[in-house]
Amino acid sequence: MRQPFIEVTDLRYTYHPHTPQAVVALDGLSLSIGRGEYVGIVGGNGSGKSTLAKHFNALLLPASGRVIVGGQDTRDRSATLAIRRRVGMVFQNPDNQLVATVVDEDVAFGPENLGLPSPLIRERVDRALATVGMTAYRRHAPHLLSGGQKQRVAIAGVLAMHPECLILDEATTMLDPEGRAEVLATVRTLHRDEGMTIVAISHTLEDLADAERIVALDAGRIVLDGPTGQVFDQLSRSPLARIHAPPMARLAHWLRQDGVPLPPGLFTVEALVSALAALAGRDGASHA
Amino acid sequence: MPDPLIACEQVHYTYLRGTPMAAVALRGVSLEVQPGELLALIGPTGSGKSTLIQLCAGLLRPTAGVVRVLGQDLWGPRADRRRARRQVGLAFQFAEYQLFEETVRRDVAYGPKNLGCSEEEIAQRVDEALRQVGLDPAGFGDRSPFSLSGGEMRRVALAGVLAMRPGVLVLDEPTAGLDPRGREELLARIQALHRQGQTIVLVTHGMEEVARLARRVIVLHEGRIVLEGSPGEVFAHEEDLHRIGLGLPEAARLVRLLQCRGLRVADALTVEDARAAIVAALRGQDRGPR
Repeated sequence: MRQPFIEVTDLRYTYHPHTPQAVVALDGLSLSIGRGEYVGIVGGNGSGKSTLAKHFNALLLPASGRVIVGGQDTRDRSATLAIRRRVGMVFQNPDNQLVATVVDEDVAFGPENLGLPSPLIRERVDRALATVGMTAYRRHAPHLLSGGQKQRVAIAGVLAMHPECLILDEATTMLDPEGRAEVLATVRTLHRDEGMTIVAISHTLEDLADAERIVALDAGRIVLDGPTGQVFDQLSRSPLARIHAPPMARLAHWLRQDGVPLPPGLFTVEALVSALAALAGRDGASHA
Repeated sequence: MPDPLIACEQVHYTYLRGTPMAAVALRGVSLEVQPGELLALIGPTGSGKSTLIQLCAGLLRPTAGVVRVLGQDLWGPRADRRRARRQVGLAFQFAEYQLFEETVRRDVAYGPKNLGCSEEEIAQRVDEALRQVGLDPAGFGDRSPFSLSGGEMRRVALAGVLAMRPGVLVLDEPTAGLDPRGREELLARIQALHRQGQTIVLVTHGMEEVARLARRVIVLHEGRIVLEGSPGEVFAHEEDLHRIGLGLPEAARLVRLLQCRGLRVADALTVEDARAAIVAALRGQDRGPR
């Protein structure tokens, strides 16, 4: 068991409390996310997933219950800035996250606010841009970049703060297929090579194929929590109204129903191709 | 063939023309939108899709070339642009951000009211448009649009466009950001509108949606049309699509890879078709000689 990085205990949160518009967003939720884990959080609109994510870096504070991040209680005001530095967030719309007129100034914005000396800022910016593969664009204007490039610059801005955990709140929703692939590959590298803790929120489940674990929320509660393949198989067998298994997991399930003896836990095109080729005795006949 | 609802002839568009910031968005695009068709317009970010639909709606004036709506040159000397614009109902991305009224009914009524319709006609159009998007006017009409779910708000915004009774409905990323239920409901409504004869232009990044809904696909890249045809024809150009940053629907990619491994699987674009094709291929394999 990995050392926990985020520990949520019996968290409740209500928007507009004590008014007729009160909406219970989180209804007594407990969750532990390990250091270095890659967790996907899924759920329909209004399931509470964004509300939960905002508790991970003290953008929201628990109405009741507790959120501990890296050993620090988010309700401890003196820890707020430290927590926000340790947990970086990337949101859906890259246009709302870029502030400067040149890419490297944008990435430097965070470390400058930390009051770091210039050479150190330079170093962090260089490294962050290299990590997301945007070094060649450092002198470009952010608004002229593609969606995927903008989102990678937004991630670089977060990385320059040297966070221990990256939270992506629907960070691929507005991107075209190439932009999605770019961002997903960047996140994969951060997790595998840097050991960064990743929490990715999405209702496009195929975008969470790299996650090791999936937590599904409905009406502010956890309804499923387990290894990615297991959760996707479960969702294929009994879909929830607002959470559907990714297309390849559904296809694998249907094929099993049709009598094709596929192993469990298939949810990517590549895994399904290998399994089907093996069944057809074509695994040795690969052209690859 | 009937007259096209929209016809673009060699349309060019440059943003901030004559300034150092000038950016060419369209470089000679010609296309026709035929009555009753469901046309998907796809292309990577920055390919010119949004510029093209704004030109079709008469919101931008082409730098060169002609845009006709119902045969009329939108920027010709005697053009009735107001009338032509009403024919092209544009639902922008995240259209629910444009809701503003206190009730659903008043929000949907905003368009027909501006057209100068009578009270009676407005009420009739609002009810019809709400039903078209699957919202019961009695149940939803008097609610605040802001009390609805994301998917319902998006459908109210769509009803507002439908209440204008446009000849062509242009949907820019209609399902972006919706959860699976919201997405399925909206896609079902779009299919139903098309079956009722509504002409639809769908702009999307979702290749699965293209495979499911569209009869014809136009692919834009760097301001030019680079591919055009049925979904099957367009998705047969896997390498070209990859080169410009698009891809195949997952089901199509799966079948393509299985074919590369030597399995005799029929082409498929949707998960449903892939299921049938794979089962047939595996059964055929059991019977046939190896």
